[in-house]
Amino acid sequence: MAKGNGKSNNTFMGYRRENGRVGVRNHVIILPVDDISNAACEAIGNNIKGTMALPHSYGRLQFGADLDLHFRTMIGTGSNPNVAAVIVIGIEPEWTKIIVDGIAKTGKPVTGFSIEQHGDLEIVATAGRQAKEYVHWATELQREECDMSELWVSTKCGESDTTTGLGSCPTVGNMYDKLIPKGIYGCFGETSEITGAEHICEARAANPEAAKKFMEIFQAYQDDVIEAHKVDDLSDSQPTKGNILGGLSTIEEKALGNLEKIGRECKYIDALGPAEEPEKGPGLYYMDTSSAAAECVTLMAAAGYVVHTFPTGQGNIVGNPIVPVVKITANPRTVRTMSEHIDVDVSGILRREMTLDKAGDSLIEMIRRTANGRSTAAEALGHKEFVMTKLYRSA
Amino acid sequence: MAEPQFLVHSPKDNVGVVVVEGLEAGTDMLGVITETDTTINVKSGHDIPIGHKVALEDLKEGDTIIKYGVDIGKMVGGAAKGEHVHVHNLKTKRW
Repeated sequence: MAKGNGKSNNTFMGYRRENGRVGVRNHVIILPVDDISNAACEAIGNNIKGTMALPHSYGRLQFGADLDLHFRTMIGTGSNPNVAAVIVIGIEPEWTKIIVDGIAKTGKPVTGFSIEQHGDLEIVATAGRQAKEYVHWATELQREECDMSELWVSTKCGESDTTTGLGSCPTVGNMYDKLIPKGIYGCFGETSEITGAEHICEARAANPEAAKKFMEIFQAYQDDVIEAHKVDDLSDSQPTKGNILGGLSTIEEKALGNLEKIGRECKYIDALGPAEEPEKGPGLYYMDTSSAAAECVTLMAAAGYVVHTFPTGQGNIVGNPIVPVVKITANPRTVRTMSEHIDVDVSGILRREMTLDKAGDSLIEMIRRTANGRSTAAEALGHKEFVMTKLYRSA
Repeated sequence: MAEPQFLVHSPKDNVGVVVVEGLEAGTDMLGVITETDTTINVKSGHDIPIGHKVALEDLKEGDTIIKYGVDIGKMVGGAAKGEHVHVHNLKTKRW
């Protein structure tokens, strides 16, 4: 039997939550509604061992679609099955309550606190006592055997080079080709990095509605972001300087390598807005996200994905506070110079020693071990990048 | 099979990707086309870093570059067979 606690290769040991979803981590999080509540949240994170604060930079004077996305990301993060219980702290009670009520729909323990008329010190004491109770409760929860089909696995690549298109991205694609038919939820995104391969992506939709939604998202990005803000072209940021060092020359070349992540067989059944929870059952989903690693992983985690697979060429080091990020590389130089960041080495593909089929199997095994509790490289190194996506300036 | 110095995605491609470190000009390179698992031989015309592209035929300004069997841009300079193809001589057609 392979390493890990699961009883067979088709199961893993996870935390079944109140709403039936399965988590692979058991975090008690202290979630700030807004930037000015970070200090109180971090104080509790320091005081109460076994809790984790998720500081971020926004949450004040947002409005419209940007505010909706803020709430969806906050509620989705608290609702993620990798989270056992949540303390929400905001400057004032009303937005705090919106987030608490949203998370409470999962049935998990959640309590909100607001700082006005109390001050940081009183809130750190009262919310800290509640956080401590949650830690006692959460640490007695037991893992149980769950079928691999209950996993939600997202993907996004970073610091890509030509080896990601040859090795690490097709490894993720091979994993999806094997696990999507078994009933998992998958997710890919990175709207800007599909540029140059948008027609190939459109053709991978499972139905005309999903294809239409994807093309609308893609066109809106071109019109609202690129055309509205470009000064010359995207040549200075897409491909990135790291991509170019790694040998990628054009956005088309980068996009084609990127799309290797969805394999040969999979088709996406819906195109989601950022941080939107999939609602059409098991299968692969497209999500409208930035291609910036931390923003993208944060959005996919907020949609409910519990394990993230991250192919890298030159060595992106990103992690996430609530979702384990599994790093895969095929670049032998990155394996040599940055081994502490790599969970799955598929550089054998480049030497023709390893088949894609074998590489996909080794990734599936690492996903299973990660789900069982193995810390990823990013977790062991303390990478907890939690970055909100902002659609436009605050009021 | 001996370890290849470069890989090619599709038999339609006119560039390959160097997959070894420290490749020097003048090396008789073994390449593998992964889609068909067939081999080709090209002599390198430059020192080419790992991950960077090599021309599989003589390429001149205006030529379309095919990788993954798909158009990825056009030459804005020349490259003889075996030479380095990158941002100095290859650019997207989009912008």
